[in-house]
Amino acid sequence: MQEGAATTAYRGRTASIGFAHGPLVRVDQAANAERVAGTLVDEALALRSAIDGASRQIAELAAIAGGEAAQILEFQVALLEDEDFIAAIFASIGEGKPADAVWRSALDAQIADYNSTLDEYLKARSSDLADLRERVLNVLRGGEGQPLKIPGGAVVCAEDLPPSRFLEIDWSAGGGLALLRGSPTSHVAMLARARGIPMVVQLGVIPDSGATALLDGEGATLELDPSAERVRLFEKRRELHRKSRASARAILRKPTASWRGERIKLHINIQGVQDLEHADAQYADGVGLMRTEFLLADHGLPDEETQFQTYDAVLRWADRRPVTIRTFDAGGDKPVPGFTPDGEANPFLGVRGLRLCLARPEIFAVQLRALARAAVRGNLKVMFPMVTSAEELEAGRKLFTEVVQDLQTKGIAAMLPELGIMVEVPAAALAIASFKAAFFSIGSNDLAQYVLACDRSNGALASLMDPLHPAVLELIARTAEHGRRAGAGVSLCGDMASDPRCVSALLNCGLRELSVNVSTLAQIKQTIDRLSSGGSLD
Amino acid sequence: MTTLETSEADGQIFTGNVQLVHAVGMHARPAVKLTKLAKKFQAQIFVRVTGAAEWINAKSVAKIMAMRAAHGSMIEIKASGSDAEAAVVALVDLVATDFPDRAS
Repeated sequence: MQEGAATTAYRGRTASIGFAHGPLVRVDQAANAERVAGTLVDEALALRSAIDGASRQIAELAAIAGGEAAQILEFQVALLEDEDFIAAIFASIGEGKPADAVWRSALDAQIADYNSTLDEYLKARSSDLADLRERVLNVLRGGEGQPLKIPGGAVVCAEDLPPSRFLEIDWSAGGGLALLRGSPTSHVAMLARARGIPMVVQLGVIPDSGATALLDGEGATLELDPSAERVRLFEKRRELHRKSRASARAILRKPTASWRGERIKLHINIQGVQDLEHADAQYADGVGLMRTEFLLADHGLPDEETQFQTYDAVLRWADRRPVTIRTFDAGGDKPVPGFTPDGEANPFLGVRGLRLCLARPEIFAVQLRALARAAVRGNLKVMFPMVTSAEELEAGRKLFTEVVQDLQTKGIAAMLPELGIMVEVPAAALAIASFKAAFFSIGSNDLAQYVLACDRSNGALASLMDPLHPAVLELIARTAEHGRRAGAGVSLCGDMASDPRCVSALLNCGLRELSVNVSTLAQIKQTIDRLSSGGSLD
Repeated sequence: MTTLETSEADGQIFTGNVQLVHAVGMHARPAVKLTKLAKKFQAQIFVRVTGAAEWINAKSVAKIMAMRAAHGSMIEIKASGSDAEAAVVALVDLVATDFPDRAS
């Protein structure tokens, strides 16, 4: 399993699919060099010539890059040609401020403005502005912008990478991009996808050491100084990916997946609206898991309107297809300052998921209000994570019902959506019949870690952490069987569903719905197709 | 050609309204296209999202981006100057046709 990675593996978010195995090269912003300011006239002339120089550099890059890259750079050129914007900067120089300070603060103000919005697209543009800021500052300091010297096929690692830096790198020998921050909707991510360069973002903190790296744009992992065994597994995944990609895409267009004459529904897991931009997303039968924790991570506790807009956007995209939204699943390995408790000795067994939401009803109610309003806009289902006992589901339902009544009394359109639970606590799987849920979704990552007593982030336990262990499969089969008898839908949304090696076992457990990462949708559909036609996997 | 003159013929203000159909609203590429087109005209051109207090210079990409016009919002355009009428027609067309890529 991919989550059973060695201790040197880091997980981020996929920005561009593909595989890279090569030397790790850290690229960091140049330290700020000192610059001595001159007279007012000197400063104005210096900035004018720096802007002209930067314009020339960008024009040259655009000419070489062409296509989409050129369009991206056009925004930077347009900003340099914006007389209103530039005039304000020269006015500040007229007040006696040095050119570099004025330029920096003008661009920083724009960047802060873009970053302050909830709009993912606009936020992603701030790295273009940072790129422009550094380019002009670099010319001001007298450097003409040293091109990056990167060996061919390298895995380039940086905090973030501006588009023009990406274009300066020679990618002809392959390679990949690993960003500690960054965004899947940034311009550089678009460039990476266009070039077929694998890219993983939001890796968090990784050590400075590390000579070689494996970058898996599909599983969104970066492994440093891998063992021979890890390399072998990686190369196997890469080969599998290469082989299956072409034929899988053809299968994707078939209307439905089926196995032994039964329809298999394939849904996708998403974090936000941006994941729906993936070319394959349109072929999904719906959204099987929309995580909402990212709303907490990005902006603190989001208000009702922000949440409503986000949920509504997904429902609009889905049209009549079902969208299952999971309420905040914070805690465990997903701490949220100001929300999750500090200092728990064992956070995976602590106040997390629905437990935390019920403990903080003032925060939970805001989410339930937004969901109740969204429920009238499309085919919405809502599920609670980390449920242990039926009383918790009923407590959540009671709160939700009160919220709906309150909204309706105020004349606001709202309704109670279908309510389901995640099955990830072994007790819930064993006592599944005690839950009056409209549907169940098996969270196999947590279920496996609790059943097997293996911390899933502990690489030393990788070999024990086997989701195909008979005990895990037994609980999955029980849940599927109960759903069949009770007439409640049962899906599985953990990593197992996105792993072709697990699909056969899941179907044999009685599951007829899976929710997968959008990047693996084609591969899973192909796997089911092969199993259905009697073929085996490799 | 000279800069804007306020003779009686040129002083007339032309206006237009158009809905922003672009899926992600007024973002980098639409903003660049709009300002590029606006700069082809001598006229002074201003835009705003209907209801906004402030009119924005249609030739400033920074200000157009800062306008934060969302998908589905109505954009008002007003222009004054020798070619103001043509400017309004061209800009309304650009927004209404969802900022197509065309040779210009």
